[in-house]
Formats: sequence, structure tokens, C-alpha cells
Amino acid sequence: MNLYSFIVRRLLFMILVLVGVSLLVFTVMMILPPGQRLAAYVTSEKVTPEQMDALIAKYGLNDPAPVQYIRWLGNVLRGEFGYSVTASAPVITAFGLYFPTTLELVLYATPLIILVGVALGTLGAVRKDSVADHATRVFAIVGYSLPTFWLGLLLLMIFYGFLGIFPPGTLSNSASDVVMSSHFHHYTRLITIDAILNWRWDVFLDALYHMFLPALNLVIINSAMIMRLMRSSMLESLGQDYMMTARAKGADEKTLYKRHARRNALLPVITVSGLTLAGLMGGMVITETIFDRTGIGWWMARAATQLDVAAIMFNVLFLGTIYVMINLIVDVIYAYVDPRVRLS
Amino acid sequence: METTNTEQPVAKAVSPRFQELTFTAKRLFKNPLSTIGLAIIAFFLIIAIFAPVICPPKYADPFKIPHSGWKIEPQPPNAQHLLGTTQQQYDMLYGMVWGTRGAFKIGLIVVGANLIIGILLGAIAGYFGGIVDEVIMRVTDVFYAIPFLVMAMALVVAIGRGLTAVIIVLIILEWPSYTRVLRSDILVIRNKEYIMAARASGSSHFAIILRHVLPNAMYSVLILASLNIGTTILTAAALSFLGLGSETGTADWGQIVSMCRNWIIGAPGNRFAYWYTVFIPGFVITLFVLGWNLLGDAVRDVFDPKLRRK
Repeated sequence: MNLYSFIVRRLLFMILVLVGVSLLVFTVMMILPPGQRLAAYVTSEKVTPEQMDALIAKYGLNDPAPVQYIRWLGNVLRGEFGYSVTASAPVITAFGLYFPTTLELVLYATPLIILVGVALGTLGAVRKDSVADHATRVFAIVGYSLPTFWLGLLLLMIFYGFLGIFPPGTLSNSASDVVMSSHFHHYTRLITIDAILNWRWDVFLDALYHMFLPALNLVIINSAMIMRLMRSSMLESLGQDYMMTARAKGADEKTLYKRHARRNALLPVITVSGLTLAGLMGGMVITETIFDRTGIGWWMARAATQLDVAAIMFNVLFLGTIYVMINLIVDVIYAYVDPRVRLS
Repeated sequence: METTNTEQPVAKAVSPRFQELTFTAKRLFKNPLSTIGLAIIAFFLIIAIFAPVICPPKYADPFKIPHSGWKIEPQPPNAQHLLGTTQQQYDMLYGMVWGTRGAFKIGLIVVGANLIIGILLGAIAGYFGGIVDEVIMRVTDVFYAIPFLVMAMALVVAIGRGLTAVIIVLIILEWPSYTRVLRSDILVIRNKEYIMAARASGSSHFAIILRHVLPNAMYSVLILASLNIGTTILTAAALSFLGLGSETGTADWGQIVSMCRNWIIGAPGNRFAYWYTVFIPGFVITLFVLGWNLLGDAVRDVFDPKLRRK
């Protein structure tokens, strides 16, 4: 099979999974009474009890489920996701407001997570059974066992509470004033990038300063998985015949590890890194809540406790789509670098 | 099917399966990591069993934590409250001890139910293949695509908050991984000679799955189960922390961590004034999860045929 038909097949498969996700989201929504589901259809302010019945009839919320599903799917495809009570705005407007904050942290944290995971995993494999190996393995299994919310609280207690540095939030008040002012142009809505484009390095540094603890929190918890995989993958790679060939041909140890072992060992890490990136978006609920960063995770936590159905359902759909798309990209990369995947 | 043993009757042979089991147990106890893991789990098990002795319940519902007064500030450990109190004076020790029972309850119910569902669907998909396999696998794909925590939150909200809802939701969301793991193991076993032999000798599908396929395909699923008790507890605690689990004052670890959220700053003059109320509940959760992860890890090493007899 060539690469193009592989991609086409995966695309069709992706659509199938997305239909499944939408069905699942719809089913969850149908558990709720019509009055609560209404929020996913309306586009403006809260509805008064008198209007409620009229609107339920208007949007046909007592119709048979399949009819409702088709209608709802139509809305979704047109980009109508209803009104978010917690954000006091249409879901899509609120999303535009919250998403950049999440994306920004993900963009900084993901490379760090992968770097730390790959570096420590390689170290463990190359120096198998040394003190460093055992230390990194303990780090991995403890990192794997830590509750995200507790680690976050501990970090805040030590750095913010005790040392008085790295406060929660997205920006300090003064930097926030700069960003809100009319002189500051929002090109990308990612604060660090906009700050550079506006040539405000103070804002840039302030944003990084606020991102440090949440990023550290994510790195400690999420690099464990990649580290373990990298270690075992590297160990396997070190035992292959081509390593002996390379050694016999007189390659020095450094080239041996870097060019021959690590390149092959990185293959499975691509998959897990992709999944980590996708998982991070959904995993932001806790980190953003603890560090008081107003991203979609923070929004979700509030939406869940206040029964903001429209917001939650939209985000499940959105994150599901992201996950499937990242998966597709990972598969294509994988098929590109490793022809065996395409052939099977 | 005793076909293998009829030709050479070994005098009073110990069943090979039993031999493997004792070998596994020996290996498990030789591994320091799994011994630590087992010790941690045993420690928590004892606490869960003797909870009524360690902390006699005060109310009809033992999961309600007794509290002395409504004072806001948490109190440090003292003679009356060995681990101190949370805000509103709930006894920390009581919460931790009865919370252990709660954790075992959640972990074992969720993982037990998932094992049943996963084994049933995984066995059907892997053994029969074809269209049934295709449908079951595509459903698991959908479940893999949804954001786990966000979907769990949505479902808990839809069903109605509380620990029961959390348990139901975790069962609904976690079964696909068991199904997938078991299926892929069965795919390997399905075409082995001994399965064909059993089929040729006229065994029913049901008997083959039960006697030949499952016993050989169970290891990965059991490892997954051990590791998943840890993650299940973490997710349940996270949901409680977000305010979707039990009510305030319930002996539930995640709930107790969420009560300590306001006390990370400390008091003027003593910035670590309330560290105990933040540290203790999270530490207990970590230790519990670590125990299961260490055990699961060690079991994986022991069962891995590549590492097994070296």
C-alpha cells in the first residue's frame, strides 16, 4: 500500500470514529431532562421559565432521539454549539477566549516533557542498573503515582506560599494592564508570541514566569510515561544485530548510541508523544484549576460543577477531534519513517 | 482435555499450572520492588479491615467524619487528633482510615467490573474475529478518542454527583483498554496448535475459550488491572477534588485534599503553618497508588516471557 492510500484510509477511519464520538456525546446529553439540554441549542442569555416550554417545543427536544440527533449534528456542523452559562457567552465565543491560554501552556510543556522523558530514558538504558538508572526509574514510578492536583498544591505551597515566587494566574496585574490596553495588538492571542510581536519583553517574561510552575507540574507527571518507554525501547535497540555490526566497524560509543540506537528507539516514542500532546489538552482541567489559569480546562471544571451542558459537550467533541487528528498525524509520520507499518 | 498427559502418565505429577504459579510467586517475592508494593498494599488492607477498631465510627454512616466544632483553621497533630484536623475540624486520621476502605471499594469494584466486561468482549472479539471483532474494536476506538477526565466529568454531572456515580462512570469509561489487551493476546493464541488440537477433538467454543484460551491470555489483563487500580483511585480522587464526588465531611481522600486547597499560603510569620493539612491526604493517595503500580510493574517483569527465566 502506498502512503497516499494509507492516508485516505486513515481519514475515512477518522470520520467514522468522530461520528461515534458525537453519538456518545449525544447519548450523555439525552440522559438530562429537556430543560437542561436546551442550553446546547439557544444562542443568547438565560431563558425564563415561561419561555422554556416554548423553546423546548421550538427545538423539538421531546422528539424521537434519532430526529434530535440529526438536528443536533446539523447544528454542530454549522458551528452552533449553544450558550455557555459559566462563561456568559456563546460557547464558540468563550472558546476563542479560553483556548489560547491552554494552547500556550501545552506548546511550552510538550517539548519539555518529551525532552526530559527521552533524555532520562536514554540515560537509564545506556547506564543500565547504575545508580542513575535506578534513580530515574524511581522518579518515573513516583511521577506516575502522584495525583496531579496534589503535586500542584505542593509546588504552590513551597514556591508561592513559602518562597513567595511563581504566583498562580496567567499574568501579573501590571502586565495584564498592558495586554488589555489598546496599544497592545493581539496577533495570535498567545500572550508570549504577541508580547514579542509588540516588542514588550517585560510581558513576555512575566508570562513565562507564570507558566513555570504549571509547566513543571505537567513535566513531572507526564514525562514518566515517555521515560519508561524510551528506556525499554532503547534497551531493545541496543541488543540488535546492527549495533554489533556498527561496533565491529569501529564506531565510537557516542556515534553508536546517538546514530544507531537512539534513532531506532525513538520510533515508538513518536506515538506516545503524540498521545501525550492530545492527552495534555484534556488533562489541563486539574492543572489550570490549581494554578488559576483561565484556559479551557479551568472553564470545564467550572462548567461541570455548574451544569453548563453546552460547554462540556462542546469540549468533549473538540478534544475528541483533536485526539483523532493528532493520532492521524502520528500514524502518517510513523508510516513515513517506518515502511513496515504501511505494508502490514 | 487431558490429551497431553494420557500418553506418559507421570506419577502424581503436580499440575504444570500450579508449578508455574509457585515459580511466579517466588520470583515476585525475590523482587524488592514488588515486595515493597505488596507491603504497602498489605498495610492499607490491614487499615481498611480494622478501620472500626482504629477509628470507631460516631455516626450510623461510618464514612461521615466526626468533627469537633466548626473552627475554620486546621489544627496541627495533637493528642486528640493524631494527624491533626482539616478546616472545620474534621479529624484527619479518621478521614484517612475510612478513606482507605473507600479507596479499596472504588478500586476493586471498578477494576472487577472492568475485568468482567473486558474479558467477555475481548474473548468474543479475539476468538471469533470477523464482523463482531470489527464492531467491538471500532467502539473501543471511539472510547479511546474521548478525553477521559472531561467525559468522566460530563457523565458524573449527567447521572448526578456522588461516589456511586463516580464508580459507574469509571466502569463505563475504562473497559475498552481491557478488551483491547485481551483481544490482542487472544489473536496470538487463537492459531496455536493446541487450540486446533482442541477444536479437532470436538471441544465446544465455550470450553475452548474457558479452558485453553483465557488461562493463557490472562496475564496482560491482570497486570493492567493492578496498574489500573492506581489510576482509578487517581481519577476518582480528581473528580472528588473538583467537587463532583462525595459531600464535604465524607471520608474520601480526594474530597479531603480539596478541603486543604485554601491552606497552601500559611499564616503571617509562619508560612508553613498548615503544611500538614496539605501534605497528609495527598501523601496517602500517592502511597496507595504507588503500592499498586510497584506491584503491577513487578508482575509485568515476572510474567514477561523474555525476562522470565533469565
